[in-house]
Amino acid sequence: MSIDAKLALDAFKIDEESHIQIDQTRCKERCQTRYCLYVCPAQVYTLGQEGEILIRYEGCLECGACTIACDTTLAWNYPRGGFGVQYRFG
Amino acid sequence: MAEAEKVEVVIVGAGLAGLACAYHLAAAGLEVLVIERGDFPGSKNVTGGRLYLHPLRSFFPHLWEEAPLERHVTKERLTAMGKGSSVTVELSSERFKEKPYHSHTILRAKFDPWLAERAAQKGAIIVPKSRVDDLLWQEGRVIGIVASEAEIHADVVVAADGAFSFMVEKAGLGKRRKPQDYAVGAKEVIELTSGAIEERFGLSHGEGAAQLFFGSLTEGMFGGGFLYTNIDTISLGVVVGINALMEKEPGFELHRLLDSFKERPEVKPLIEGGHPVEYSAHIVPEGGLESMPQVYGHGILVVGDAAGLALNTGLIVRGMDFALASGALAAQTIMEAKKRNDFSPASLSRYEELLKESFVLKGLETFREVPRFLQNPRLFNLYPQALSESLERLMWIGEEPKEKISTTLWREARRAFRFSAVRDLLRVWRI
Ligand SMILES: Cc1cc2nc3c(=O)[nH]c(=O)nc-3n(C[C@H](O)[C@H](O)[C@H](O)COP(=O)(O)OP(=O)(O)OC[C@H]3O[C@@H](n4cnc5c(N)ncnc54)[C@H](O)[C@@H]3O)c2cc1C
Repeated sequence: MSIDAKLALDAFKIDEESHIQIDQTRCKERCQTRYCLYVCPAQVYTLGQEGEILIRYEGCLECGACTIACDTTLAWNYPRGGFGVQYRFG
Repeated sequence: MAEAEKVEVVIVGAGLAGLACAYHLAAAGLEVLVIERGDFPGSKNVTGGRLYLHPLRSFFPHLWEEAPLERHVTKERLTAMGKGSSVTVELSSERFKEKPYHSHTILRAKFDPWLAERAAQKGAIIVPKSRVDDLLWQEGRVIGIVASEAEIHADVVVAADGAFSFMVEKAGLGKRRKPQDYAVGAKEVIELTSGAIEERFGLSHGEGAAQLFFGSLTEGMFGGGFLYTNIDTISLGVVVGINALMEKEPGFELHRLLDSFKERPEVKPLIEGGHPVEYSAHIVPEGGLESMPQVYGHGILVVGDAAGLALNTGLIVRGMDFALASGALAAQTIMEAKKRNDFSPASLSRYEELLKESFVLKGLETFREVPRFLQNPRLFNLYPQALSESLERLMWIGEEPKEKISTTLWREARRAFRFSAVRDLLRVWRI
């Protein structure tokens, strides 16, 4: 089951504003490991063609694993109140 | 809102810890506001699924009788997985079938709203869809919070905002978050009829099973799998150390791990024909006592996962009972502090004492060595593999004559257990 199919099971209320920010220059210059690509259970982070990190904040499950792993540039917050994933089972 | 409002207590987060605290404070007649960023309590909360009730009975007498609990667990299974084989130990006990039941599976999006309702009946005010963004300070003490640009003042703020706690960070009570102190879990809820669940797991009506897995399913990484039966769903997931995910070469994502776990012959028939209805993820504090933040400050207390109160011994996963109890103990502390009208660290340090006297910190103290012990990769690759392979060799009848059992065991033991194993065993002994 692809990650997209998994995420499609969930209800999301998407804010127009992203709750995840990244400094692409710093990220490219300072980070070789790119841990965010592997620790995120929702594959929010993928590698772009220029080596930049693409962020699909809409499918974030709000666990925080990425910020714990990244010590370079990630600025992550919970989505604003009333936005983000809405679990029906939990 | 121009003028700051004032209440006696503001609780950040309507999870189990926050709601337990609110319930007790409101019952004692205090003015309590619980602020939750989700649409409703339970909408952001993830657990594996089993709540141990016995430690909680004295904190909440009779509360559980009408709680939306799923199944009471009567069957415990532990599976050590090798590459192409596995060994499962199953414990069934009549004791698990006696009322009041030992443990129950739960789903948070059902359970938390129910608890919120109970707290509201006692008089707590729960404000959903609102994220707390900051703490308010005056002369080195916390005097309230900022949420949706409104300021709310309080005698005490309770940080009940879960494993990734911004409040602990903002209050300066935490240590730097280290990847080795956290695991991340991914879970699917899979719909099946309750009849199918009872038949597949050999359960009578209303009974449940809990199964934990370790070994090759995590590809050598620190972690494991879990399965809990609910009324008409199964909660199935994997939990892996964040550090382990970072070090894995080549990288292996958690959702792929979950998919291969679902394909394992030990799991597949159990969920066959079931429909996945939800995918969720959450972090788990796994650093134990050493990584706990300071649990009190001037005008602030920290409860539940935010305080790092969770324990995974490989056999037992606890966090929800700790969250509920710590919330209750924080409430008791606040009521005592209120009488003295003193919310200084000296006054609120009573909370730490209460935690130490309770099963919460006693439990974490007993298993103090566990987090370091579990960092041992042999537990997740060598031993489960050796165990299932050895048993397989013992059971196998091939063309050649069968050798003595002791010969097989001796050879297998020598293959798997070198000197390090003696050290590992000694460490288990200390736990
Ligand atoms: C995969 C997995 C399996 C587990 N299995 C078990 C198990 O079987 N048994 C067990 O006992 N424990 C288990 N645990 C641990 C258990 O789930 C946790 O210990 C428990 O949920 C902690 O409850 P809490 O109330 O402290 O935190 P949470 O339930 O996380 O609640 C925190 C709340 O605060 C809110 N919040 C956060 N920040 C803000 C903010 N700024 N403003 C407003 N609201 C905010 C969140 O939305 C959330 O509702 C498991 C955990 C995981 C992840």
